[in-house]
Amino acid sequence: MTSTGGPSLRAVHAWLMLLPALALLALFTHWPTLATVIDSFHSTPKGARAAVWVGLENYRVMVDDPVFWKAVRNNLLFASATIPVSIALALVMALWVNERIAGRAFLRMAYFTPTVLPMIAVANIWLFFYTPQYGLLEQITGALGLPSHNWLGDPSTALGAVTLVAIWKEAGFFMIFYLAALQSLNPSLREAAAIEGASRGYFFRRVQWPLLMPTTLFVLINAFINAFRMVDHLFVLTRGGPNNASTLLLYHLYEVGFSFWDTAYAAAITVVLVVVLAGIALLQFFVFDRKVHYR
Amino acid sequence: MSAVAQQTPRLVWNEPSWLDTLAAWLLALLWILPLAYAVWTAFHPAAYSTKFHLFAPLTLENFARAWEAAPFARYFLNTTLLVIMILAVQLVLATLAAYAFARWRFRGRDVAFALVLVQLMVMPDILLVENYKTMARLGLVDTLLAIGLPYFASAFAIFLLRQTFMGIPKELDEAARMEGAGPLQTLWRVYVPLAKPVYTAFALVSVSFHWNNFLWPLIVTNSQNARPLTVGLQVFSSVDQGVDWSVITAATLMTSAPLLVAFLLFQRQFVQSFMRAGIK
Repeated sequence: MTSTGGPSLRAVHAWLMLLPALALLALFTHWPTLATVIDSFHSTPKGARAAVWVGLENYRVMVDDPVFWKAVRNNLLFASATIPVSIALALVMALWVNERIAGRAFLRMAYFTPTVLPMIAVANIWLFFYTPQYGLLEQITGALGLPSHNWLGDPSTALGAVTLVAIWKEAGFFMIFYLAALQSLNPSLREAAAIEGASRGYFFRRVQWPLLMPTTLFVLINAFINAFRMVDHLFVLTRGGPNNASTLLLYHLYEVGFSFWDTAYAAAITVVLVVVLAGIALLQFFVFDRKVHYR
Repeated sequence: MSAVAQQTPRLVWNEPSWLDTLAAWLLALLWILPLAYAVWTAFHPAAYSTKFHLFAPLTLENFARAWEAAPFARYFLNTTLLVIMILAVQLVLATLAAYAFARWRFRGRDVAFALVLVQLMVMPDILLVENYKTMARLGLVDTLLAIGLPYFASAFAIFLLRQTFMGIPKELDEAARMEGAGPLQTLWRVYVPLAKPVYTAFALVSVSFHWNNFLWPLIVTNSQNARPLTVGLQVFSSVDQGVDWSVITAATLMTSAPLLVAFLLFQRQFVQSFMRAGIK
């Protein structure tokens, strides 16, 4: 059977090939998204009591939930630190290992290694790193004569400590994309700039940085999404504490949904997350992709 | 690159300054410090876990104790089966869908493609509550299948392969058809071989993602029957052990080892795959 048949036969073939993927997407992406919205307007079913329509009640609970607002605030802080810092570090790393720097292979490996390791595993390592008294950090600060500090146990430093881990994990990942872009730049640009007597800083500002724009936007979107998706390390490092000082939205969602089993309220929080992520995606689609080459 | 470098005179700013080199090395050392610390602790007796001594005795004792303290063999098996299952299904489903999107015009194609792209913004990682309910309804809670199901249809793979297939000359398609090959044969004999690098790229990204995935497996499993390594490690280090850091770091390195070794052996492929998968 060839597909030279009429358009209708071809359509049948096409839909048959799409069917398995679309069916699974419908079952595990489209339907749950809709169901989340529906459930967020219902109560949590308890025992024999079925869910009933409660209108905006779950959202009212959300507005009055101090932990939710704490998570929002933390997540914004987490995003506003991880996004620029990890991107800036990634760019600097890529510029370094793009040059013929001594020990380039080692440097590239050192920067990229955190990316391939499971977050849950590296969080264990960082937990040890941060541990009061024994941890390496304590040993270093102790040697410098600084007072002992419980980085993860103190509400004022817990969020910073988990943010640092996220930056450490992500920078090497983003470096790869910058490195790829830098290597695809035309080498004659560099020669021309050198012949013209441009400084390296000028060359970066006026040639490399503008040409890296599509990469920066791509990395930016990824960093944004990750800022709302990356919570694995909280399970090991702080469990959102102390006193919710380091909780993030997805972690709060997990606690509400699977520790307190308040699935209706969890659905409302999920709606917030979906709106945030969809907003980022639409922003990318309608604002950024217009400016960057799009096929 | 090197050919160009030979022809052109050495440009002063073409070479990184010693300050750059120093800073790059400092950052690199800082970057592997936590890992190096973990390696030190795991390979030395507990007495030396936080004391640095050049001639501290090396030991594998910590690994042996970790291996015995929790069913890590089972966790390894679960994770291995899981990543193979997910990857195999993803590749088959995405190949079929990508081919239909890339080569055929049919009614509803653009709508279908938009429906696929929805998954790029609303990932399964977010839809925990509803997907858990679905798994409970299907009676699949605490199975490997439940961990994999939400990821089987990968919008990312479909998107990536569609782009690749679109870049393959149509003439090859027609030539295959002239020889009497059907759509599936054409796909298998022309498209799949030509897209090999993309398959490798996606495979590496998918395997490392699912080897490392934690939250969904944590939620949908509740026994060692289905628990993957990440969840097993978390249960082990938070419940079973007090603060025996030597054993915990040994377990941590053990669970990361396969990926780490694979990465060190195939560094170039890893880096290129991540680049290829990221740049559309």
